[in-house]
Amino acid sequence: MSKEKSDSNVDLDIIHGLASGDNLAIMKLYKLYFPPIAKMVINNQGSKEEAQDIFQETVMVLYDRVTNSNFELQSKLQTFLYAVSKRLWLKQLTRGESKYHKDQIDNHEDYLAAEEAVENHEIVEANLLHMEEALVGLGEPCKTILYDFYIKNRSMADICEKFGYTNTDNAKTQKYKCLQRLKKLFFKK
Amino acid sequence: MRKLNQQEFIEWADAYLRGELSDEQRVWFEGYCKEHPDEATKFEEHAAFLSTFKAAEARLDFKKSLSETAHHYHTTHRTERTRVVSLWDRLKLNAAVAAAIAIVSVFSTLWLTGYYSNLRKTTSDYSALRRDMNTVKRNVNAHNAAIKSISSHKDNVETMHYGATGFMITKNGYVVTNYHVITGADSVHLQNHKGQSFKADIIFTNPEKDLAILRINDSTFRSLKNIPYTFKKQDSDLGEDIYTIGFPRDEAVYGQGYLSSATGYAGDTLAYQISIPVNPGNSGGPVLDKDGNVIGIISGKQKGIDGAAFAIKTKALLETLNSIPADSLQGNIVLSNKNSLSALPRTDQIKKLQDYIYIVKVY
Repeated sequence: MSKEKSDSNVDLDIIHGLASGDNLAIMKLYKLYFPPIAKMVINNQGSKEEAQDIFQETVMVLYDRVTNSNFELQSKLQTFLYAVSKRLWLKQLTRGESKYHKDQIDNHEDYLAAEEAVENHEIVEANLLHMEEALVGLGEPCKTILYDFYIKNRSMADICEKFGYTNTDNAKTQKYKCLQRLKKLFFKK
Repeated sequence: MRKLNQQEFIEWADAYLRGELSDEQRVWFEGYCKEHPDEATKFEEHAAFLSTFKAAEARLDFKKSLSETAHHYHTTHRTERTRVVSLWDRLKLNAAVAAAIAIVSVFSTLWLTGYYSNLRKTTSDYSALRRDMNTVKRNVNAHNAAIKSISSHKDNVETMHYGATGFMITKNGYVVTNYHVITGADSVHLQNHKGQSFKADIIFTNPEKDLAILRINDSTFRSLKNIPYTFKKQDSDLGEDIYTIGFPRDEAVYGQGYLSSATGYAGDTLAYQISIPVNPGNSGGPVLDKDGNVIGIISGKQKGIDGAAFAIKTKALLETLNSIPADSLQGNIVLSNKNSLSALPRTDQIKKLQDYIYIVKVY
């Protein structure tokens, strides 16, 4: 009983860690759950590298699920991850030809949750892909200015000083231009 | 209320979203948005855009740390394996040296303890009955040393390697013994029971039948009286009473027994199995039946089985004699066909026989 409790505590810790972008949580995730999933992939005609890719994508699915809306783990984290990675691997094996039948479900609830998570992940991925690409295409110093202002919530005075603008108005103008460029990049696609 | 330009509006919106505005300013901005619905939608769009931007930024960040962690995880797991390999690399030389020492010590120990010579000996459980004189020789040498230390008198004792038995087949000096007795011989001497020693030549050998024909070649040798025994060509019957005289030591030793099987070692049809106690030195001795006919020549015995000695049949001897090329003979071999033993009691038979049986000394 106590072991189960500590297990679920570990799961919760990891989930909170992921939401706040904690490296330790990711490491823990690898240590605990990578081996069985790698084994599953390798036993099903996968290579080691493919296993690593699948696990990374699985973690991204989990991340999207955790950051998006209020996620409540219904089963053990391991079960969830296993179901997700199995779903992903099957999908890759059939190369999207949808030979994967939903009636092939061994454990309904787990697989429904996994299915939902994967779909959610795909939507988020599609949404954010534009933005990520736009950010990558933006270049310096715009990226840093926007990052400092919007993400780190720095004041315009700080930014002015950091980038050596003569006055805050110049910095504000620069920031505005950068934002417009980003919007242009984002909406163009 | 004047309309703000784009940049000013974005600045206001940012400040509003960041909560940097005073209450008064907030009320003003909200009012401004209400007044201009198109500006309100612009604000909504801006807010949505920013949240997408933030989410994407966080996601990128997470992706980066995820791939870093994955890289770290996989490399640490790989290095664990390479450490084992490097350990092997480091200890390879030591392992090779240890293995070499182990191999050398195993085989040298086996060699030192005489394992291989035992192995060769035990591969056959047949033992030829020549007498190994090395122990005797060693004793003699020790005696010599003792004698020499007493006086400077030189005692020239030749080294004798093997001893066995042989017997006459003709009165003019042909003697038969076993091939295994005279293999590797430098010279062969025959000594009769009176102690006279004659030099002998090897006339013919037959390794398959384990027979050797010698001829006494010594000026001191005088032809003997007619050979008292005959050679029985037919196979003898099982259970027949037989006896032999041989030299397992330097005195003639009588042995008595019976014919126990019509074939020899491993089914050899050219030999009998006989039940007579025989010892090294008995090789080459004649096996006679109760009438004084030679029925065989003692050749060996089976180790580990009591009373299983073997004698080569007379038939094999006769075949061997017939196969001798005429050039190697000096005078024909004429076997005696008159048996003067048959009517005599055993003790008298033996007395008569003794003159014709020799110790074969191989140097």
